[in-house]
Amino acid sequence: MKKTIITVDDSASVRLMVKFTLCELGFEIIEANNGIDALQKLEKKQAHMLITDVNMPGVDGISLVRKVRENPLYRFIPIIILTTESREGKKREGKQAGATGWIVKPFKPEQLIAVVKKVMG
Amino acid sequence: MNKEDYEILRQTFRQEAAELLSELETSLLDLERAPRDTEVISSIFRTFHTLKGSSAICGLDEVSRLTHHIETVYDLVRSGKILADKKLIDLTLAAIDFIKEMIDSPQSFSHVEIDRRERILDSFRKLLPESLVEGQPMGQTGGDVRFPQPVKEKQITCRIHFRPSPNIFLYGTDPVLLLNELRGLGECTVVAQTEGVPDLYTLNQDFCYTSWDVILTTDRGINTVKDVFVFVEDESELQFDIIDNGTNSLEEKDCKKLGEILLEKRDLSYEDLERVLKNRKPIGTILVEEGLVGPGKVQSALAEQEHFHQVRERRLKEDAISNMRVSSEKLDKLVNLVGELVTVQARLSQAALCWNDPGLISIVEEVERLTDDLRDNTMNIRLVPIRTLFNRFKRLVRDLSKELGKEVELVTEGAETEMDKTIIEKLNDPLVHLIRNSIDHGIEIPQTRQIGGKPRKGTLHLSAEHSGPYVLIKVRDDGVGFDREMIHVKAVEKGLIQADSKLSDKELFLLVFVPGFSTARNVTNVSGRGVGLDVVKKSIGDLRGSIEIHSQRDVGTTVVLKLPLTLAIIDGFLTKIGDEHFVFPLSLVEECIELAREDSTRAHHLNIINVRGSAVPYARLRDTFMIFGDPPSIEQIVITRIGRNRVGFVVDQVIGGHQTVIKNLGRFYQNVKGVSGATILGDGTVAIILDVPKLVDVEDEEDTDHRRGGTADEHSGAEHCNRGSVGG
Repeated sequence: MKKTIITVDDSASVRLMVKFTLCELGFEIIEANNGIDALQKLEKKQAHMLITDVNMPGVDGISLVRKVRENPLYRFIPIIILTTESREGKKREGKQAGATGWIVKPFKPEQLIAVVKKVMG
Repeated sequence: MNKEDYEILRQTFRQEAAELLSELETSLLDLERAPRDTEVISSIFRTFHTLKGSSAICGLDEVSRLTHHIETVYDLVRSGKILADKKLIDLTLAAIDFIKEMIDSPQSFSHVEIDRRERILDSFRKLLPESLVEGQPMGQTGGDVRFPQPVKEKQITCRIHFRPSPNIFLYGTDPVLLLNELRGLGECTVVAQTEGVPDLYTLNQDFCYTSWDVILTTDRGINTVKDVFVFVEDESELQFDIIDNGTNSLEEKDCKKLGEILLEKRDLSYEDLERVLKNRKPIGTILVEEGLVGPGKVQSALAEQEHFHQVRERRLKEDAISNMRVSSEKLDKLVNLVGELVTVQARLSQAALCWNDPGLISIVEEVERLTDDLRDNTMNIRLVPIRTLFNRFKRLVRDLSKELGKEVELVTEGAETEMDKTIIEKLNDPLVHLIRNSIDHGIEIPQTRQIGGKPRKGTLHLSAEHSGPYVLIKVRDDGVGFDREMIHVKAVEKGLIQADSKLSDKELFLLVFVPGFSTARNVTNVSGRGVGLDVVKKSIGDLRGSIEIHSQRDVGTTVVLKLPLTLAIIDGFLTKIGDEHFVFPLSLVEECIELAREDSTRAHHLNIINVRGSAVPYARLRDTFMIFGDPPSIEQIVITRIGRNRVGFVVDQVIGGHQTVIKNLGRFYQNVKGVSGATILGDGTVAIILDVPKLVDVEDEEDTDHRRGGTADEHSGAEHCNRGSVGG
């Protein structure tokens, strides 16, 4: 069975870029355009990994991570934050919320592939 | 990703960008109507942020770069540092048009576009308040102007030892990326320790065997450095040592080497020394040969030495080139001369207008521009960072807390904020008073703090920041806070207020600045003698500053000092009474309204005027300064704001804004109240600069004196702080 990765970003281009990059590795990619959308989609289908932006309208990335971690199903899945955020302390906040990794945009496809390959085995 | 995918990606981006840009246009038009709507501002900021991210992903670096700068500007708008005025909105709309073009035809990015982008960025820079743009002399609009950078701290050099857990890759982290992030923070030397890497047969490619020694010189603070490793710190071996904290420890090699001494004493010839040194093995080699240290470790230590050498050398060079010591006396003279020049220049402008010769006028305009530049630059020279002052308090806090048996940590922030040197010098005493007060009355003894659930160690927070033409200095403690009840009781006891008067916290707290007011039960060596705080108020007042107190019981107290950037030149507001000129500090003037004679008669000469529904008291400067002659039938009231109150001053005629070079009045006039100095106008006449807060006090005193003669009971100190009662 294909493993599922959910990518959350309010920019369609970023989602698409993630999708194209990871489809080649044989993952199923679900797109969500904000935190609430992502939470709904996570309810419907078991995901194996979450990749999320930080700055989004409504539920932002860090709150999303916090919410996702509350669900016992998702307590241990890898969560990567993919963002342009560079404000001091934000990285720490993300970690405290329960994220497992942090990638700075713009990312190179190889970079994302390397990380996903490693964490998804 | 194949070609098709790229095409789809580009399509998606174009569509998304079009949506974002039209969304931006709508938001900007909304913003024009409501420039302070925080929701609209946040949405604009976020949209630019998204656009930045997606354009970067799609390889449109130029778009990404431009949006990054605009995002920075809107971040400042969001935090209230600049206002979203029409200019900014127009400019943003122009930028959006440009972005549209760049997205539509990304191939045709020629130097014409680069020029256009630079022009747009330059206009954005011009909108930023000068205090936010780094390293830029006032008024300069050269190409090297930078956007605000992240908050800079003191430059430090630290040694980082980073041994990631062998399975760091499995956690999804690439250590090289972390090292790259470090490189972005400052000057960085990285030495990899590869001794742990096994031979190819036993090597597992999923494991990380390397560790790193990094020497980093940065001005972003140690916490930012530590934050780089936040996702790996639990599993990795990490060690941070600050090996240089930025002080110019240049006396590194004052002691000479043995060879040098022998050379100097002529006990050894240069050639012999050279020969011996050449044959000698470097200490690193000897140590490695003896098997005491691994070659990797030696390499890392050598790299550290080299790194230091370079940083020190550059700092020395920078110091030599960029700084020069000039006696402040010379500087004061320069400021005086520039002041004279500004005055003469104003006269010249006036004369040129009279002559009405276009050739002359254009030359005069040129001179005007140059004078303005010269004035701004000269004023800028006098600005020095407040660091020196802050540093002095470290010792004070340490000694005081020891003396009083308290544990206090001093935290400073914004030490790089620049202020006029004279102001900084005069700030020492008031700040000492405030700090003493905080430690003595504010911060509790460790036991009490623990019982109250606070950390044993109290924190005294000292900060400085720019706010428009002012600098805000805050002294904050996390101690007991002001005791409202006690101040109230004390104030009633001292006859400052009446027992049933209801004052806001702010008004009540300001009473502690009244001479002789002290609520401390015990007089200690440090404070509680009732002298001090009134002195603070006086010195801050002398600097044309103001004080505000925020305090919450058991949480702490913050004293905010608001001070002007410079003392030598102010923006004035020129008015006229009879033949005399008077200048109001423009920062205090709120508006001007007309006062017709029948208006004042109608109000039974009570000297109160109705300004859009609220009663504003006013005073006649003609009476205050005893100027004879008849006022015009329609006079002008200049409405000023002092703290929370508005007070009007009646003058004959309003002339307008005026750059005012402040001249001291000399010893004879030192005690004249209500006058802070004088200035010379373009035509050579002298204008008096009004000290508005004092003027209100004077009017107030006369008023209460007058009333004391009538009904003595009515005199109450509440009016002392509620200054709205001029002539009331």
